[in-house]
Amino acid sequence: MLTMPPADPMVLSRREEIIAALRQIVPGEGVITTEAERRAYESDGLTAYRQLPMIVVLPSTTEQVSQILRYCQTNNVKVVPRGAGTSLSGGALPLEDGVLLGLGKFNRILEIDLPNRCAVVQPGVTNLGITNAVQHVGFYYAPDPSSQIACSIGGNIAENSGGVHCLKYGLTTNNVLGIEMVLMNGEIVRLGGKAMDAPGYDLLGVMTGSEGLLGVVTEVTVRLLRKTPTARAILLGFPSSEQGGKCVADIIASGIIPGGMEMMDRPAIHAAEAFVHAGYPLDVEALLIVELDGCAPEVDHLIAVVERIAGENGAVTSRVSRNEAERELFWAGRKAAFPAVGRISPDYYCMDGTIPRRALPTVLARMRELSESYGLGVANVFHAGDGNLHPLIMYDANKPGELERTEAFGADILRLCVEVGGVLTGEHGVGVEKRDLMDTMFNEIDLAQQQRLKCAFDPGGLLNPGKVFPQLHRCAELGRVHVHRGQMRFPDLPRF
Amino acid sequence: MAVFRPADARQVGEIIAWAAGEEQPLELLGGGSKRGIGRPMQVEHVLDLSALSGIGDYEPAELVLTAAAATPLAEIEAALAASRQVLSFEPTDWRALLGSEASAQTIGGVLSCNLAGPRRIRSGAARDHFLGFQGVNGRGEIYKSGGRVVKNVTGYDLCKLIAGAYGTLCVLTEISIKVLPKAETSRSLLVLGLDDAAAVRALAEALNSPHEVSGAAHLPAAVARRSAVAAVAGAGAAVTALRIEGPEPSTAYRVENLVNLLSGAGPTDILDEAGSEMLWREVRDAGFFVEPRERAVWRLSVTPSSGPAVAADLAARAEAESYFDWGGGLVWVAISDSPDAGAAAVRMAVATHGGGHALLLRAPESLRAAVDVFEPLAGPLAALSARVKESFDPRRVLNPGRMYAGI
Repeated sequence: MLTMPPADPMVLSRREEIIAALRQIVPGEGVITTEAERRAYESDGLTAYRQLPMIVVLPSTTEQVSQILRYCQTNNVKVVPRGAGTSLSGGALPLEDGVLLGLGKFNRILEIDLPNRCAVVQPGVTNLGITNAVQHVGFYYAPDPSSQIACSIGGNIAENSGGVHCLKYGLTTNNVLGIEMVLMNGEIVRLGGKAMDAPGYDLLGVMTGSEGLLGVVTEVTVRLLRKTPTARAILLGFPSSEQGGKCVADIIASGIIPGGMEMMDRPAIHAAEAFVHAGYPLDVEALLIVELDGCAPEVDHLIAVVERIAGENGAVTSRVSRNEAERELFWAGRKAAFPAVGRISPDYYCMDGTIPRRALPTVLARMRELSESYGLGVANVFHAGDGNLHPLIMYDANKPGELERTEAFGADILRLCVEVGGVLTGEHGVGVEKRDLMDTMFNEIDLAQQQRLKCAFDPGGLLNPGKVFPQLHRCAELGRVHVHRGQMRFPDLPRF
Repeated sequence: MAVFRPADARQVGEIIAWAAGEEQPLELLGGGSKRGIGRPMQVEHVLDLSALSGIGDYEPAELVLTAAAATPLAEIEAALAASRQVLSFEPTDWRALLGSEASAQTIGGVLSCNLAGPRRIRSGAARDHFLGFQGVNGRGEIYKSGGRVVKNVTGYDLCKLIAGAYGTLCVLTEISIKVLPKAETSRSLLVLGLDDAAAVRALAEALNSPHEVSGAAHLPAAVARRSAVAAVAGAGAAVTALRIEGPEPSTAYRVENLVNLLSGAGPTDILDEAGSEMLWREVRDAGFFVEPRERAVWRLSVTPSSGPAVAADLAARAEAESYFDWGGGLVWVAISDSPDAGAAAVRMAVATHGGGHALLLRAPESLRAAVDVFEPLAGPLAALSARVKESFDPRRVLNPGRMYAGI
């Protein structure tokens, strides 16, 4: 069961006073207090966990964000930042005694600068909204998480979001040039900008993927890319996941980095085909969609190479998209894989580990064993190019104990990912979901160093506490230096 | 003065624990090739990491290479070349520029300085390829961050912070990096006779086209004349260069299309693979500014479209010569006969044209002690950076003052 930091009764007892103070900063409807209205914010995309926030505040200027954070720091009030609330790891799960800081009103595109191939936007702009604003001139914003129609760019920065094209075009961290952010003490800091190198430490790099624990982003400068003229997909079916995995490795070893390379296992193929009728073969164990993009001569050339490699690896299905509609149809099944699984199971739980690709057959085999021992079905979709695995565990939340069994199964899968040399999360973030598994990947020293960095940004530990780290330590305790004075000067060390 | 030469991470930890206890700052040394970058440090002891060498795990199809931090870059590049792979951020080699030809670059040094060459515009910098590490903090504790897979968001991305920290936060002992296939073919398109402003506009037009340009530089006539590439040196004019890489059918098609796109701008020429490789190496390594050695050399990262204005501004304020990479976003400047290495003029020019980051890459030690080598940080950012330093290295024993006083 998930344990969050205990609510501070002092803060709860001062709720009315805090509401009044926040109304001084954000006038009108920007401070939400009624239970019915707060209910809309009780969870994010990880709906298994819910908590009504003490107060919701929706500022519309950087100055207001600064004042809110400064007030909360001075008054020892916890703050949970929230973008569009699509996190799959509970990154925006509210706290009973916390202010939920929503950035939804920061929804304007401030500048599109094509000569410098960048755009300056507010953090509440949706991921797809950026692409929509520039696609008429042939540009787009590259990271494309599956929630891109709803998720905000500010949330993308918090989570370092990826997508199906990130092996070739990078994650959020590779596509953001600058931000304006507010620290918990209210200070406004600008990091990076339109120039490629920024002076000093790469704090932008560490802010990206910090899950709302270090600061609140109030403006973003993103890199824009020119859309490639041609994209074609090839649909490949294999009698075994080993052969599919070997095909992926051979494609990459041949020097090709496809725009997208996705794999699905048999249960995922069947669920997707039943849902969208994409024409997927049903008699294969692994389905691979490989998309090549670039100029037409390049795409034609690479498609031929991929077809050859697939043949060498025993592909029993090999179909190249003949037009844009067919390419989209190939993808339709993959993109609908989650809702497709949702159709055949009352509930599903989406996991997000990354493994070295060579471990795929081992991991799939062990997952099948776990599936049998837990008595829960699992379907797998896999960003094959970068080893990011999304097992979907099928369960029924209305059956007593089944959610708990699902969580245990999920934790076993993630432990397995770490055991084979992988990591707990490839793109969804740690949040509350994987928080208590952090010690499978990191020891106490590793985690203490990360938490000391948190102390540099937020010494009071008031920004999004209870996320990412399994145990909270006071900064004073973490900062203590244990000095070993007068120690022997390493007689065993070679010195010159 | 002592030189410590630890054999493994555990010994690194012991030395740093001692240094922290005795408040004895250390200079971190890999191969020593970039020893002349940054502010001169007041340190008694050297931590020579060169024994931490050797490639560990490397499976080309996984696109990940793990190595001890002081593994020579040349060794890594040779191993990658055998599998037709590269570090696609194109690490720079400034040994000739800095007069450190006798020393070897190490992968840890490349990452710690976050160096990247012309392909930065497409592939990012060293930071974008840095997947994970084991290192020792200023307390002498061995810790790790990141992973050995290409996609990972577990915990803070400390790799980004360590990249470009110039050894002031952590001693790297082992690193994992993303590697990528080497392009099958490469060629360069030259446009001749453009002035700086027209050249950067042409570069932007090419970069904004769908033709996936992986190098975009402009050499004013006086700089181009110093190239070792005959077609560039003999052009008798300014040379604007665009690199195109990929499978042969793709490269041929894109070069042809770019010629059509830019032929209105001026006469064009095409460099074959060998000439192209030589030119981009010169651009990457500031080969044009190696001589004369007395000149101070600056590396200015600015808004790409502002590059020409920054250079013009500098030419009006100082005895300055410039050339451009990254589509105008990187301005290389050599300054002669200036008592402050041109620092006041450079800072003013960058600030006037939208800001950015100017690094005084080459100057005598006395000058690097007297003027800011790195772009000064604004108030709250400077304070935050000091707190970040404190969180990794509370006794300030790791390369103290290398970037900024007190950090």
